[in-house]
Amino acid sequence: MKITLEIVKHIAHLARLEFSEEELKQFYQQMVELLDHFARISELDTENVPPTSGILPLYNVMREDNPGPTLPREEALKNAPEEESGFFKIPTILEAED
Amino acid sequence: MLKPTIGLEVHVQLKTRSKMFCSCPVEFKAEPNTLVCPVCLGLPGSLPVLNRQAVEYTIAVALALHCEIQPFSQFHRKNYFYPDLPKGYQISQYDLPFSRNGYLIIETEEGEKRIGIQRVHMEEDTAKMIHGESISRTSGYSLIDFNRSGVPLLEIVSRPDISSPQEATLYLMELRSILRTLGVSTANMEEGALRCDVNISLERGTRTEIKNLNSFHSVRKALEYEIKRQEEVLKEKGQVIQETRHYDERAGVTLSMRTKEEAEDYRYFPEPDLVPLKIDPPWIEEVRSRMPELPEDKRKRYKELGLFPQEAATIANNPELANFFDSCLSLGAPGKEVANWLLSEVMKYLNARNLSIIEVPLSPEGLVEFLTVLKEGTISSKIGKMVIEEMLQTGDGAREIIERRGLAQISDPVLIKKWAEEVIKENPDQVSQYRQGKEQLFGFFVGKVMKLSGGKANPEILNRILKELLLRE
Amino acid sequence: MIFQPAHKILKEIRERNLSPVEVIQATLEWAQKLEGKLRSFLVLDPEGALAKALMLEEKLKKGEEVGPLAGIPVAVKDNICTRRMTTTCGSRILENFLPPYDATVVEKLERAGAIIIGKTNCDEFAMGSSTENSAFFKTANPWDIERVPGGSSGGSATSVASYQVFLALGSDTGGSVRQPASFCGIFGMKPTYGRVSRYGLVAFASSLDQIGTFARNVPDLALLTEVISGHDPRDSTSLPEPVPSYSKELDSPVGTLRIGVPWDLLQEGLTPEVKEAFEDALEIFERAGFAIEEVSLPHASYGIPTYYLIAPAEASANLARYDGIRFGLRAKGEENLISLYKKTRGEGFGAEVKRRIMLGTFALSLGYRDAFYVKAQKVRTLISQDFQKAFRKVDLIALPTSPTLPFKLGEKVQDPLSMYMSDLYTIPISLAGLPAISIPIALKNGLPVGMQIVGPALSESLIFKASYLFERESGLSNLKPPIVEELSA
Repeated sequence: MKITLEIVKHIAHLARLEFSEEELKQFYQQMVELLDHFARISELDTENVPPTSGILPLYNVMREDNPGPTLPREEALKNAPEEESGFFKIPTILEAED
Repeated sequence: MLKPTIGLEVHVQLKTRSKMFCSCPVEFKAEPNTLVCPVCLGLPGSLPVLNRQAVEYTIAVALALHCEIQPFSQFHRKNYFYPDLPKGYQISQYDLPFSRNGYLIIETEEGEKRIGIQRVHMEEDTAKMIHGESISRTSGYSLIDFNRSGVPLLEIVSRPDISSPQEATLYLMELRSILRTLGVSTANMEEGALRCDVNISLERGTRTEIKNLNSFHSVRKALEYEIKRQEEVLKEKGQVIQETRHYDERAGVTLSMRTKEEAEDYRYFPEPDLVPLKIDPPWIEEVRSRMPELPEDKRKRYKELGLFPQEAATIANNPELANFFDSCLSLGAPGKEVANWLLSEVMKYLNARNLSIIEVPLSPEGLVEFLTVLKEGTISSKIGKMVIEEMLQTGDGAREIIERRGLAQISDPVLIKKWAEEVIKENPDQVSQYRQGKEQLFGFFVGKVMKLSGGKANPEILNRILKELLLRE
Repeated sequence: MIFQPAHKILKEIRERNLSPVEVIQATLEWAQKLEGKLRSFLVLDPEGALAKALMLEEKLKKGEEVGPLAGIPVAVKDNICTRRMTTTCGSRILENFLPPYDATVVEKLERAGAIIIGKTNCDEFAMGSSTENSAFFKTANPWDIERVPGGSSGGSATSVASYQVFLALGSDTGGSVRQPASFCGIFGMKPTYGRVSRYGLVAFASSLDQIGTFARNVPDLALLTEVISGHDPRDSTSLPEPVPSYSKELDSPVGTLRIGVPWDLLQEGLTPEVKEAFEDALEIFERAGFAIEEVSLPHASYGIPTYYLIAPAEASANLARYDGIRFGLRAKGEENLISLYKKTRGEGFGAEVKRRIMLGTFALSLGYRDAFYVKAQKVRTLISQDFQKAFRKVDLIALPTSPTLPFKLGEKVQDPLSMYMSDLYTIPISLAGLPAISIPIALKNGLPVGMQIVGPALSESLIFKASYLFERESGLSNLKPPIVEELSA
């Protein structure tokens, strides 16, 4: 399995990360090297092995449907880069690039 | 005409008291960003904890839709970036959804039809964004309110078993009435508590998707438009493009949204902050035991009472009306007569005022008393219409109204005979014509006597007496 | 005074021979003296700490109940949310982020009367093994300021090793408490996954992250660990089992234990200095009457690829929330949503974080998911099963914490793979979610060496007991790095 610079560019887009061309090439080199090393796991036979997504012996952890306290609005908004009349504010969402 | 194949994907907001993964209250008219906490704002370090009620509501819906509830299900993260999605992923379900393979039954003009349900799963709602119309696009910003973020949602995906816009509407109505009967959602499309995406293709054709339809009317109109459009495309160019379209409500047309150059890649993986759900039969049965009777079963029961399918459906699919109807039945009233009055005079009154049965002072006891009074012959059906309207307005009892307004039927044969004799005496020409065989004049005499009685003469007694007098030479 | 163990200071405070204000003042004075050289802290809060000490003193005067850590200065890693102090995770993207809530462990510390004096430096979002990935500055190892303190909880480890605080919290995803504890010559505990609430711990890899503890001796470590452990209804992955009193159980007899050594895993990468120190440590256990046996962990050597696929995959989602919308850095002048995201995240994250987001996004992406992410999850199962089998044979497993001695600052920054390899012995345990401690076992070339003691799930008490026995047998606790000796002279 060979990854290409194009794939790395696509991954960067999916992850919403901006890279300069130079950075991207460096990342590409490193990813090739790392994935090459990681591909070692493919030599293991995992035919009948179930995947582990969590290691806890827990099921059905739930809370009762009781409303609780909320954050005061100024607390909710205090870290916002921009706000307006109680809303979080962002630049226009025209998606010209996509 | 080519046969359309339609599938619906419906999102339903559950009517829990708190959100799906945090304890923020669920309300729809609060000030922006006042029903938020670190969890539903996606702040660093916060963690989700599942709302038991949301799970039990989902079990109930899955049961009502005859789905197989999976003994083991899991939440997944669906990864994509959008400002209304605070964590950059939505907690949803993927290859281990809550339930699959169900159906619901719609009552079409040709009879019952089963529409398959592919899956019912749980996910969290996104925040609300204000842009577009309210703020001009050129002004260059959008506002976000996270009150809706994390409200529990059900995603209900039908199989492509729907074959007309009418059936799509019936499907949605049936679904809505199930959700309302279960009390798990307001299922109000206008408020966004029920949202609908549709998939449609014509025989052998490619399908298109129309997203975010927010009223029954839009669903029907969008489908009608899209069927026509696809027919024309097939006639002219021969190939429908697979794409997502948007329904422009004002223009009544569907428009192509920008096609994405790349396939969506949501990079699903199991949500490590939540543990799996194991839903065992005892839990399912416990939820089932608390479930009210479903519209489908109600319809069946009503039809057995002698109601026509459409009558049964109208009552069964309106939970409030069905409750009212059932209360009347339990008071011993005959179903067919209750249905006749409910679906004619009562519904006419309610529809004209846009009211629901629980918003008027008429009680089931009141209606049953009314039917008794009617049966006793105290009033005629014609007077009955007047009485019931007043009952709907005031909530007063039928007897009370009849007495107050002096509407009781006059059944005294002596009195009726006196009026009849008077009419016969005053109309000698008609009497002799009748006696010579012009029997259609009988109605004329009835009318005259009724008029004299102020409309209150018991028609049965009146008929008998009048006939006797006319036949007597 | 500050060179005393915390449990002694606690006794003095409770008996009113020492006041919390005295302890805090002495601590702050010493901390500030060393800070210029070591740089453990991203934020110090002397005023807040003093105010807490004064409040505590009032309580003590009135004879009111104070908690089990009353008056003890502690440090908290900067990826644990605190209302009072910014929580940056060592990242530009959260440079001024002030959480509107406290992590559960912070609430527990404060309820216990501990005084949080500051937030410690770490690798950005806990991604690293040297604390060099902090966006702000590097932290030095107190044993040699040219060397790294380990990571990612390097600031916490340094602050404890240099006596700036008595105790500290870190987080351990693949070794981030144990490896810096080892590099700094102190004790570090990573409890069983689920034992300590993660609520308020900024997530790196949710299925692996666990808050851990640092101290200079076992009794202090046991006490801190029991204070922060326990079920939390705000964390769905929190275990409901009650927490034993680790500190009280220390004195109960440990019996004759069977200690397993996974020599198969140690074939790879182990340097002679560490090997020698480890073999000597095993002898101490043998002298104490423990049986040393070989165990096999045949899949543990696949830990690195497994971990570096699973952890980045989870991280790629956990770090998606840093988008410049609700908090944190937002790139300036961007009108378009996609470029706003890309610029904000491009500017806000450092190289290692970006590398892991890329790896993780790749591992989950269409067409590669099964071969990388799902495969790694399956190998994780195999690694867990290895431990389960081993624990049928032995009570505990011992192995070195790091294959090498602390390395030089800058030595591995350019070579991610060799940096990742330094977690070779800690990662398999993380993947299995097991509890493990790192304890100092030797000084080699003037640098500390650490050993891990690993147990089955929820065997913390046994691990502490075995470690305490080792501490007493070896006399290796409350170690003083040269810089501490110098400055205290």
